[in-house]
Amino acid sequence: MVSFKLLIFVALCYVAFLFTVAFAADRRAAQGRDNWLRSPITYTLSLSIYCTAWTFYGAVGYAARSGLEFVTIYLGPTLVLVGWWWVLRRLVRIGRSQRITSIADLISSRFGKSTGLGVLVTVLAVTAATPYIALQLQSVTLSFEVFSQQSGSDWHGNDTNLTALWIAGGLTLFTVIFGTRNLDANERHHGVVMAIAVEAVVKLFALVAVGAFIVWGVAGGPVETLAMIDASPISQFQQPGGRWVALTFLSAAAFLCLPRMFQVLVVENSDERHLATASWAFPLYLFLMSLFVVPIAVVGLDLMPEGSNPDLFVLTLPLALGQQGLAMLSFLGGFSSATSMVIVATIALATMVSNHIVLPLWLRRRSSGASLHGDVRQVVLLSRRLSIAGVLALGYVYYRLSGGGTALAAIGLVSFAGAVQVLPSMIGGMFWRGATHAGAAAGLVTGFSVWLWSMFLPSFGVGEILSPQVFAHGPFGLGWLRPQALFGIEGLDPVVHAVMWSMILNSAVFFLVSILTFPTPLERLQGTQFVNVFDHSHGARSWTQNAADAEDLLIMSQRILGPTEAQAIFQREASAQGKAGYLPDVTPRFVERLERELSGSVGAATAHAMIGQLTQGASVSVEDLIAVADEAAQILEYSSRLEAKSSEQERTARQLREANEKMTVLSVQKDAFLSQISHELRTPMTSIRAFSEILVDGGIPRPDQARYARIIHEESTRLTRLLDDLLDLSVLESGQVTLSRQTGVLNDVLDRAVAAVGLRDSGLEVRRSRSDEAVTLVTDLDRLTQVFINIIANVRKYCDHAQPVLRILVSRTAAGVTVDFVDNGKGIDKDQQELIFEKFSRLTDPGKAGGAGLGLAICREIMNRLGGAISYLPGQGGAAFRVFLPAEPPDLPAG
Amino acid sequence: MGRRVLLIEDEPNIIEAISFILSRDGWTVHTHTDGVTAMDKIARTPPDLIILDVMLPGRSGYDILRDLRANPATADLPVMMLTARGQTKDRELAERLGVTRFMTKPFSNAEVIENVRALAGA
Repeated sequence: MVSFKLLIFVALCYVAFLFTVAFAADRRAAQGRDNWLRSPITYTLSLSIYCTAWTFYGAVGYAARSGLEFVTIYLGPTLVLVGWWWVLRRLVRIGRSQRITSIADLISSRFGKSTGLGVLVTVLAVTAATPYIALQLQSVTLSFEVFSQQSGSDWHGNDTNLTALWIAGGLTLFTVIFGTRNLDANERHHGVVMAIAVEAVVKLFALVAVGAFIVWGVAGGPVETLAMIDASPISQFQQPGGRWVALTFLSAAAFLCLPRMFQVLVVENSDERHLATASWAFPLYLFLMSLFVVPIAVVGLDLMPEGSNPDLFVLTLPLALGQQGLAMLSFLGGFSSATSMVIVATIALATMVSNHIVLPLWLRRRSSGASLHGDVRQVVLLSRRLSIAGVLALGYVYYRLSGGGTALAAIGLVSFAGAVQVLPSMIGGMFWRGATHAGAAAGLVTGFSVWLWSMFLPSFGVGEILSPQVFAHGPFGLGWLRPQALFGIEGLDPVVHAVMWSMILNSAVFFLVSILTFPTPLERLQGTQFVNVFDHSHGARSWTQNAADAEDLLIMSQRILGPTEAQAIFQREASAQGKAGYLPDVTPRFVERLERELSGSVGAATAHAMIGQLTQGASVSVEDLIAVADEAAQILEYSSRLEAKSSEQERTARQLREANEKMTVLSVQKDAFLSQISHELRTPMTSIRAFSEILVDGGIPRPDQARYARIIHEESTRLTRLLDDLLDLSVLESGQVTLSRQTGVLNDVLDRAVAAVGLRDSGLEVRRSRSDEAVTLVTDLDRLTQVFINIIANVRKYCDHAQPVLRILVSRTAAGVTVDFVDNGKGIDKDQQELIFEKFSRLTDPGKAGGAGLGLAICREIMNRLGGAISYLPGQGGAAFRVFLPAEPPDLPAG
Repeated sequence: MGRRVLLIEDEPNIIEAISFILSRDGWTVHTHTDGVTAMDKIARTPPDLIILDVMLPGRSGYDILRDLRANPATADLPVMMLTARGQTKDRELAERLGVTRFMTKPFSNAEVIENVRALAGA
């Protein structure tokens, strides 16, 4: 006897185990050791979310009710993987090159990055998935119920609704924790995929174990089993051909169109070649999953009392036969099937809801300045989390409304038929350049409506939402609109009827409207990209030159991708253009690449809209697009070769021009410096001379004498400091400096620097994280302290905020340690950011700064000597300096 | 001729030194440290003589001198310029703008008094 408490305990342990697996996989991925995470086997196993609780429990029930018809559900995906391998490859390629995040994103992106279509597909997908999620809640609830009845426990024993609510809550929590940690959907959910692969193994093992026990342990061997099957009513069932064709088509299409399948097939795919393995391995998995379905059904019908639910044979048979351990395993298998489906489906749906509904609304509400203000990252994460909860809540509501009584298979088919409404637009969009936005929208709306009317609403049962009157005579007495006999065609199976009409009308309307309307330039361009995805991998040339400001783009990207990744992208681009720092030229090619990176996080339409807000052109110029859309292959190739050459020349020319400009500026600066240095030397000298003459004249009261002497002392110190700086810099520049190798902790170095600057009277608040600073350094610590002192002293001098705050942020990478100094002042203008490290440059009045403009030049020389770097970090709100120290210090003598 | 001197200079120690020297010699010294508002100060309390630094925060001494000469009320006001940038072109620019005396820092105290007396007497 399995006690109910034990069952709960085992289920919780299993969830904890999954957490561990997912967490470990995420960690490995974060450390870059994710080779085995990306194996084709993991990919194939993750596809097994196709096999939900419907497959695990429902297939047996299906076989007991309708004989071999359950096979169609496995036949569809097998046909797709074996025969339509090339369609999948194209889908995966498009998904990768366009950074597609969901099926709604795919359709929206294909038809001109349309927000409206994204919303439409999202609504469709959420509606269609709701029954499916309800189905999973139902099957897990049922399996709990079986155990609670059997053990006589009264824990929620009579309140199945409460059990279902607990399960929905638990699933929400798990999905939120693992599904919304990484923002970029294209970074992939390693942890989730790994957990699902493990669950795939568990459910296969459980089903095979139960099957083997039935065949060898109960029936007495394969031969006896076959004899039992022959004798059972299952072999007598007539198999109507229409239903077979319709169901095979349905499952094949659903394999491509279900949001969760799209998530694992396309979004989580890390290598196109994995499809080759999956094309044989996944059918094999399906074969093993279906192998024992009929034997279990036959033996169940034979042994179990009349009226037992055949959907639960997998669970009740072992229990009835006293196999508690096997029953427990079977329970875990069913639990795995349900949880893995719900997790992936809600992640996929939540991504769609947040990218296509919440974010566009948010963008519109905040209108023009949206992309620059507010933290988009937080909004995205919050909206995804709320969407996950919302999707599960809908599933629970459907579960309550449908009464949890319908057979599992019937609910599953409702979902399938809803999801496949996307098929015509998807296949059409991938292969037919003439498909238009209007056609896709019209087809989707038509198919969606027919499905709602003829399948979804009736699925609640006669008299629940639609009255018996409507079923018998149609709405308002319109007989040709009867939900299960559209256009007066009667006698069809309801599923065949609904699938046939919705697909025929959907495809016809899609085709006709596409022919009758003209695509916009952007649609035509995206159409070309999708249809010819294998010919050219470069993207749309949608953005005009220099339309956006690099710093604005960086600020926006940081809000979406996070500072580290955004800065890395910008720095890479800048160095590819031959520039230092973080701000590359805003070339169309760069904006385009950036758009793709961003669309990985927030979806194509939103990314396009956000970049559009920053580039004055907002939308794309027609000439630009038509020029590209006109895709004669030779012209494209020729022009791209020409372009490569001319862009190289352009780059060289720009480098020369910049070098020249820099030299001119430097020479002007040098002149200014001579004047400056004269001023800096003569000013203290003036005070010294004047006061010493006054003292020599005599007749001054004693207190004044002391004060004048102090002034003389102060001013001579100032002179000395200036001379020291000059000497220091010239020594550093000539390379004659001797550095010593010391070992210390960053914490102490910063302490020393802050103390040396002396912030007591300045009002400057310094915010630090001591735990981050516990980093051991091997470098010349005195020189490093000098750099920090210079930076902090600059902040004290120049930060113009009423309540100045300096944040010191330390982060460690494999390459070394990065220390960022960010203040809350007004920062440094872009055109001056490159000049501040040149010596003799000083941006404000000499009186205020009290230095000769040598501090940062000295810092730069020191950091070069230490093998690191100091740079200005734009887009941080205030002035920000980044000091980088390499993990491997250069050769320094021990000191 | 009055004995009111306006000293426009931003280095506190130099202000103190010049104020002391001139006060001892019997002059009334007003001081002002900002370039932008210097013209207002001159209009509010017109001095008999101005000692003007070149490198002032916000606005240079040259700009102030140009304004003074353009205004008929101050066109003849004696202005002595002080600069720590002792290059020839600085002196030439000052003379073109109509400076009365030009002195390079550092200076001797006696020299300052001599120049002030000469300008006030002129």
